[in-house]
Formats: sequence, C-alpha cells, structure tokens
Amino acid sequence: MATVAGRHQQGLVARWRRVLGDAQRAKYIFLLLLAAMFVANLYLMLIWAPTERVMGDVQRIFYIHVPPLWVAFIAFFLTFVSSIAYLRTRERSWDNRAFAAAEVGLAFMTVGIIAGAIWGKPVWGTWWTWDAKLTTTFVLWVTYVGYMMVRSYAPVRAQGARWSAVIGIIGFINVPIVYMAAVWWRGLHPDQVTGAFASGGGLEPDMRTAFYFSVLTFVLLFAYLLYHRIGVRRTEDEVGSLHNMLHEGRS
Amino acid sequence: MSAYLHTAWTVFLKDVRIEARTRESLASILVFSMLVAFIFNFAFDPHPRVLATVGPGIVWVAFVFTGVIGLNRNFVLEQEQGTLDALLLAPVAREALYAGKLVGVFALMTAVEALMLPVFVVLYDLPVLNGPFVGVTLAATLGFAAVGTLFSAIAVRTRAREVLLPLLFLPAALPVLIGAVASSSDIFAGQGWSEYGRWLQLILVFDVVFIVVTSVAFEAVIEE
Repeated sequence: MATVAGRHQQGLVARWRRVLGDAQRAKYIFLLLLAAMFVANLYLMLIWAPTERVMGDVQRIFYIHVPPLWVAFIAFFLTFVSSIAYLRTRERSWDNRAFAAAEVGLAFMTVGIIAGAIWGKPVWGTWWTWDAKLTTTFVLWVTYVGYMMVRSYAPVRAQGARWSAVIGIIGFINVPIVYMAAVWWRGLHPDQVTGAFASGGGLEPDMRTAFYFSVLTFVLLFAYLLYHRIGVRRTEDEVGSLHNMLHEGRS
Repeated sequence: MSAYLHTAWTVFLKDVRIEARTRESLASILVFSMLVAFIFNFAFDPHPRVLATVGPGIVWVAFVFTGVIGLNRNFVLEQEQGTLDALLLAPVAREALYAGKLVGVFALMTAVEALMLPVFVVLYDLPVLNGPFVGVTLAATLGFAAVGTLFSAIAVRTRAREVLLPLLFLPAALPVLIGAVASSSDIFAGQGWSEYGRWLQLILVFDVVFIVVTSVAFEAVIEE
C-alpha cells in the first residue's frame, strides 16, 4: 500500500512538475489566476458588496482607490529599504529592485490618485483638496517622479543609481513630516470634508471582505509586475553591456 | 573636529571670496527676487484686505524662488570651472565640504532675504521687520539650504539641471515652507509665541533632521 501511495505521490509531484515545469509556464498560470481574481474582484465590488447608504454606488470606487495606494506605499517602502541596501553594498541587484519598485509603485499611485479624484468630485464636490492625506500623497508622487527623472538625466548609470537612492531615502523620511505638518496646518482650519470616510473602523463586514479581496488582487498584480520589471531591468543591463562590448570592438 | 571646522570654513571663505570679487550671484538674484515681488503686485489686487491673506505667500514664494536660483548659481560655478572635482581630490572629510557649501548657500540666501525685507515693507507694507519674523526666516532658510545644497549637488551634474533642481527641492522643502507660511501669517496677524512658536519648532525639528540626513547622504551623492 505504502509503495502504491508513494508512487501515486511521485506521479502527482511529477505531473505538477510537468505543469509548472519551466518558469515561463508558472508565470502564465499565475497570470491566469490573476485574471480570474480580477474578474472575481469586479464581481465582488460592483455587485456583491452592499451599496453604501449615504454615497450610493459611487462609494464602490473605494475598492479601486485605496488598494492601489496601499500597494504604492508598500512599493515605496521596498524602494526605501533597497536604496539603503544599495548604498551599503553597491550591488546592482539592489538598485534594480529599488528602481522596479519605484516605477511600479508610481503607476499604482497614479491609478489610486485618479480614482480618488473621480470619487472626490461627486462626494466632496471637488476633484482635489489640500487635506493632509492628499498633500502627503502629492508630495510622495512628485518625489518619485523626480526619482525617475534623475535616473534618466544622469550621465552615468551608477550616478543615477546613487542619486536616486538618496532621493528614495529622503523622500520616504519626508513623508511623515509632511503629513504631520499638513495635519497641524489643517487643524487650524477645520474642513468639513476631512474624515468624511476616513475612519476605517466602521466598515461593514461584506464591504471589508470585498475590500481585502481587492487588496490581495492588487498586491498580487504588483508582485507580478515587480518580478517582471526586475527581469526586464536585468535584460536591459545585459543589452547595455553587450552594446558596450560591440562598441569597444569596433573602435 | 578642528580639522573639520577648518575645512568647512575654508570652503565657505572660498565661496564668499568668489562672490565678493564677482558680485554676480547676489546682484542677479536680488533683481530676480525683486521682480517676483513686483509681479505679485499685478497678480493680486494689493488691497490691505487681500494682503492680509496672501502676504505670507508672497514673501515665501519670493524667498523660495530666490533660493532655487541661488542654489543653481552656487553649484553651476563649481561645475563649470571643474572646482568640484578639485575639492573632491582634497583629502578632507566629505561632511566638512558639505558643511562649508551649506553655510555658503545659507549666507547667500540670507543676504538676499535681508535686502528683500525693505522691499516688502515698501511695496506691500508687510510687518516683516521684527524679531519673530527674522527668526522664522533664518530657521526656514537653514532648512532650505540643507535640502537645497544636497539636491543641487545632484541636479547640477544632470542634463536638465534647471528643471530637476526645483522638482527635487520643492517637495522636500515643503514641510519647512508650510511652517514658514503658517508662522508668518500668525506673526503678521499679531499673534504671540503660543501661536507661531509651534510652527517655528516644526521648522527647527525639520532643520535638524535634514542637516543630519543630508550630511550623511552627501558622500554618496558626490563621489565619482
């Protein structure tokens, strides 16, 4: 019996190994899973989750506004950590991680900001307001735009890597300070829109389920894009060094 | 420690001497910032009621623009003449170099601001000539100089330095700017220390954090 079970197990492992055989196929399976999750996510947030009493269906923007921003904060934290590691070790792999996280994080943050503005217009009556959260988010966004620009304008790749690492560190440290400053500043002028939906504690259970499913979906999408971007970055490096070799050979 | 101070002082004196002999930066920056103050005259209706609201903003926008121009000048000179490389070849602590540049930038910004204060009195009748406002200005300028020195050391060596410096500098300097504008409007409104004091404290905390962080980061930025 034991041998049959063992053989069966071996067969199972072999079959899985065949299915997941190479990394490429694993990637496609992950993508399929992700696509299914996005469909499920759409169903959960548009149909399954209950309609909010005050704001109505507009509140459903919540499910694509907050998760990308959470992901962006995770991404910038990764950039912060990787930047410190890069300045310590000067290993290119850390720089690649910092860069990829910043770039993907910036994309997620842009999505979150746009979704927030679309939500703000019907609910607050304005696309944008200088509330503490919005100010901090804006500063963070501009900081990482600068991060990208420093890289593309740097004369040498290693310089761009070092400079942007410094920006990745300072920008991240700056955020809590900006947040505090803006809270205190706005504290003097109470704003009726602030905190209209800010207290997250009162989320209805079904809404919370839909929300955290959305967070999970976006985190997995981020993980995929990050992995992919690091790979592309590595290929770019290889192409660059091949190009240099060719160039040297010709001269 | 004394070697450190000596290096910083030497670098600072070098910048002062260049400025004293050319008088390029101070004059051009002063004219520029006067123009900024002047243009606000037309952008806003300079009615006392309007000025009570936008006065601090006018002052600080002028100071921040001045700061950006001053930072650009300071490092462009180093870059064009190749003196930055010469400084880096010298066997001295990088933090000392940074401190020297920082004090130089701070002195230049402060000099322009000091000359600007009478302009604000004449053009806008703003109550800027008093102890609290000068204190806030000095504290905020120190913060601007700390962030600005680091970022202009980066920006000056890129292809798009004129664009890149404000892009990096303004977001990072935002907490100081918020504090400076808020405390200035308290001071202009005749409030006491209990009102503007907490803003001044915020600026000072920011100053300390950024001087420490930027001194450490300077070496990574400047090395070849």
